[in-house]
Amino acid sequence: MKEIVIISGKGGTGKTVIAGAFAALVKNKVIADCDVDAADLHLLLDPKIEESHIFKSGFTAFTNKKYCNGCGTCSTVCRFDAVKEDFSIDPISCEGCAFCSLACPEDAIEMKLNISGKWFISQTRLGPLVHAKLGIAEENSGKLVSLVRKKAKEIAEDKKYKWVIIDGSPGIGCPVIASITGVDCAVVVIEPTLSGLHDAERVIDVTRHFNIPVKVIINKYDLNYDITKKIENWSEGRNLQILGKIVFSKEVVKSVIEGKTIIEYSSNKVTRSLSDIWGQLEKELAG
Amino acid sequence: MIISVASGKGGTGKTTVAVNLALSLNNVQLLDCDVEEPNSHIFIKPLFERSDPVFIPIPVVDKKKCDGCGRCKEVCAYNAIAVTNKKVLIFPELCHGCGSCEYFCPNDALKEEEEEIGVVEIGEKDGIEFVHGKLNIGKMMAPPVIRAVKKHISRKKTAIIDVPPGTSCPVITAIKDTDFVILVTEPTPFGLNDLSLAVEVVRKLKIPFGVIINRSSLGDKKTDKYCAKENISILMRIPFSKKIAEIYSRGDSIVEYLPEYKEKFLRLFKEIKKITSR
Repeated sequence: MKEIVIISGKGGTGKTVIAGAFAALVKNKVIADCDVDAADLHLLLDPKIEESHIFKSGFTAFTNKKYCNGCGTCSTVCRFDAVKEDFSIDPISCEGCAFCSLACPEDAIEMKLNISGKWFISQTRLGPLVHAKLGIAEENSGKLVSLVRKKAKEIAEDKKYKWVIIDGSPGIGCPVIASITGVDCAVVVIEPTLSGLHDAERVIDVTRHFNIPVKVIINKYDLNYDITKKIENWSEGRNLQILGKIVFSKEVVKSVIEGKTIIEYSSNKVTRSLSDIWGQLEKELAG
Repeated sequence: MIISVASGKGGTGKTTVAVNLALSLNNVQLLDCDVEEPNSHIFIKPLFERSDPVFIPIPVVDKKKCDGCGRCKEVCAYNAIAVTNKKVLIFPELCHGCGSCEYFCPNDALKEEEEEIGVVEIGEKDGIEFVHGKLNIGKMMAPPVIRAVKKHISRKKTAIIDVPPGTSCPVITAIKDTDFVILVTEPTPFGLNDLSLAVEVVRKLKIPFGVIINRSSLGDKKTDKYCAKENISILMRIPFSKKIAEIYSRGDSIVEYLPEYKEKFLRLFKEIKKITSR
């Protein structure tokens, strides 16, 4: 079984559209949406949720006014500016370290477990999907990403499936690191803009930092041929394989509005490039 | 006034709005808090005058003083400390730097040392004060770098904050204590889904906000319907144009090449001032 994650550094370069296309092109796979902050892949897959679970993670401090003597030890020790003037705790700033609770001489601060999100196992017309919804303003997205990946892997092993296709999140921090750790290949989607290239460069540095095999796709390459050329030269210089290039097409926006993957929605240059890209990837990762 | 520009979904045009709004105003600061993938500098092209590393405190064990009692492991809420055979092992990537272990160690065997996780760069371009943060490659925690960027906010200026995508801790850290949030979206199911999540965030933080619909000519009408139903004001629309996409792609600003947009951004600013003074 092989895990493939689709990332980009910059948001909006086409990760979810490409993950959706792979979901339609690849047989015997589990799909995992690891953009737990702002998951969108389910909008293309119309999942029938079979299991729904609560994700509990981390703690938040609560001051019990009855026992508080106003000594202020909590606000002295807190490094996250979470203790308000009346010694109540701002739950949004609290990082759950429990320093205040442990240091309070009156034992007036209780740590309560957070319900920080939900995760789901679903059946879709294209195969099983694991996705999640991090609670609003919650932390620990990295842990939820790891959980989604673990469940997707378990299903794949159980069904003897060959692939786990992971839709990643933008950025280079904690959820991205959790989504790439130990995968067989990270596919970086780059758009031909200076920002797209700048951000891809940073996320590729992260994949290399963690020794993750990485390949690239140039999406909407016809929006700026000069920068596409620049990305090609840059990839060559860094020994990065370009799996393929995809043209900009308004059909893609239409397919998203219809709630379909581009592969199911139409047959054009975009879909041809995507099946070539998958063919290439499959060939290289098989074996 | 501090205005943050956020979105939920990535790639909807946060940086475009933040940069062009800054270029349309006087006495302004632009602070790029998307420290994982900062992009505003590509468009502003500031001359950086200063570069300050950002550190977080990480505990280090003094083996001579440590008797392996395990108190540090007990108090650590992040599983960043393990004790095996009376030996203490610290995992810096899990540490939030809360300082609890050092405080509670009965033998005074833990000392905090500074670990660099990023950098804040400060510069200037044509009267715009520019600040951004960059998380170092391989580091997990963006919020301390974001907090370091926000320390440079000057109350004497209009501060514009370019916020990272998403809805979790980096976003909260960036928009907390700001006066107004502009939510940039695109009128697609992805844009709308992530917009509704971002709306929940700003409502939870009780910050006034409004929406900009970018690439308003691509997509459907559902975002308009959502905003009407939720009583959210649409502050501005930017139609899709290959010209704008091309200007963006090469790292230029809209207001420079399409000057009519300067008027639009000024009107946007006036509208925000009106809303926040209510």
